[in-house]
Amino acid sequence: MVTGSASRTRAILGVRILILSVGVFLMIVPFAYMFATSLKPNALVLEIPPKLIPHHPTTANYTDAWTSNKFGRYFLNSLGVAIATTFFSVWLSSMMAYAFARFSFPGRRILFGLLLIGLMVPTMMLIIPQFILAKNLGMLDSLTGLVFFYTGGTLALNTFLLRSFFQDIPRELEEAMVVDGAGPWKRYLKLVLPLSRPALATVGIFSFLASWDEFVWALTVINDPNKRTLPIAISLFQGEHSTSWGLVFAASTIAVVPVLLAFVIFQRQFVSGLTTGALKA
Amino acid sequence: MQASKRKETLAAYTFLAPGFVLFALVVLYPIARAFQISLYHWSIVPGTTSQYIGLGNYTHALHDPIFWRALENTGAYMVFTVPAQIVLGMTVAVLLDARMPARGLYRTLYYLPVVTSWVVVSLLFRYMFITDGGLINFVLHDKLHLVGHNIEWLSHRWSALAVISILGIWKGIGWSMVIFLAALQTVPRELKEAAAVDGARAWARFRAVSLPAILPVIAFVTVMLVIGGFNVFISVFLITNGGPLDETQVLLTYMYRQAFSFLDFGYGSSLSFTLTLIVFALSIAQLRLFRRPKDAA
Repeated sequence: MVTGSASRTRAILGVRILILSVGVFLMIVPFAYMFATSLKPNALVLEIPPKLIPHHPTTANYTDAWTSNKFGRYFLNSLGVAIATTFFSVWLSSMMAYAFARFSFPGRRILFGLLLIGLMVPTMMLIIPQFILAKNLGMLDSLTGLVFFYTGGTLALNTFLLRSFFQDIPRELEEAMVVDGAGPWKRYLKLVLPLSRPALATVGIFSFLASWDEFVWALTVINDPNKRTLPIAISLFQGEHSTSWGLVFAASTIAVVPVLLAFVIFQRQFVSGLTTGALKA
Repeated sequence: MQASKRKETLAAYTFLAPGFVLFALVVLYPIARAFQISLYHWSIVPGTTSQYIGLGNYTHALHDPIFWRALENTGAYMVFTVPAQIVLGMTVAVLLDARMPARGLYRTLYYLPVVTSWVVVSLLFRYMFITDGGLINFVLHDKLHLVGHNIEWLSHRWSALAVISILGIWKGIGWSMVIFLAALQTVPRELKEAAAVDGARAWARFRAVSLPAILPVIAFVTVMLVIGGFNVFISVFLITNGGPLDETQVLLTYMYRQAFSFLDFGYGSSLSFTLTLIVFALSIAQLRLFRRPKDAA
């Protein structure tokens, strides 16, 4: 009886793993194909039969992207914009979140309601008025302009996530500091921020990725080829050299690998941020 | 006491001010502005005045066959992708909700498409669905002999929408899976095991124990996916760009084309404002339904 149920459990586990593995295969094959193509000379990117392991792999596409196509420049543009966006967004949203989590002040409900509206409004919907605004502010065709709009666009979500985290910090800790005469700034800097490192990491990663992957806004406001970010550069590789799939996917691989690595390393923060939003909202 | 209260209030506003001013300028002001622009025959030439036409842009949309087709395509995208993401995401989550080796690894691999940029995966799918020499046609035609000739995926409305939908499902499964898995893990293991000891079969067990507990989460995921469906843009933009002949336009690609190819900011704004209202209604319904007392501001 016991052995029967044990072997049955094993069989079920086997079926489980089989189904999951088939699914994983379908998830992974496109990535493998992308990487394989990035190692193929252009003549072979559409060969029949398609090969997931190239016969004569070459890194020519990578050196080509990096040297003759200014890819290094675009990489640095994206990196700089993403770092600046992350810094400003985490800084500003943590201050707002602290105000909403711990203070009562006139207008709190209304301001928070406005923040929720910002959380709901789809980014694409604002692209026309934002474009006019950027034009009036002289922020078209500027990387600073990208940081400005990216930061503004990430504030609502980050504030919302951080607020719920700050609320879970025991009030007694802060009250003890108040007794010792610590003002709000000291409490924010010395207590709330250090205790919230995981949450700050979560919103930091989200902001970085949002900026790193952003495509539509940059495509709309950036004209100067020297100010392109990675996603635009990649999409234009495809347009300018419509047959250079090897180049497109070498560039894509360079853009995607840091993200995948960051995800694998910071997985816990990713998932916690995601599910906090979902299970609490 | 009074003085310290005032000091606290002042501190609160100081914490809020820099972020909120930026947020108001970049997000709130454009919302109002989008509505205003949508009421004009907007002129982008400096020095000229825009003509106020009331709801003219909105009535124009009602008589624009491409707008209706774009709405239809957006709806079709949702019908194709939302149920599939829920069912497949739930299946993977249920399979992963057990003691098993390499569980974390599986979860990571299913999640990889979610964190990959839309630009990259859109180009990748476009490449895989190329007519001659593409991976998909090779598998379907040369390998499995399921079709007699190579399919011209991107030349026809429904096959192109199918490609875009398959991409949406592939990229989205990991997201719903992670949410469902987190929800399933809040269901007490003793309950699931007790039902198993009672000899209930897997499906009956799932329906009796897990499903009721995670119903609110399923509703949440559904609403989020529907909103996501309204927002489909990059994949369509990069795979078909609405073509051939506007056959595969969705609401946002059509809005973008009106605004930034035809420079009709007024009409573009009326399209995006309509969409915003739909998404707001859905979001508010979702907040109403699932708000927990703890989160009341």
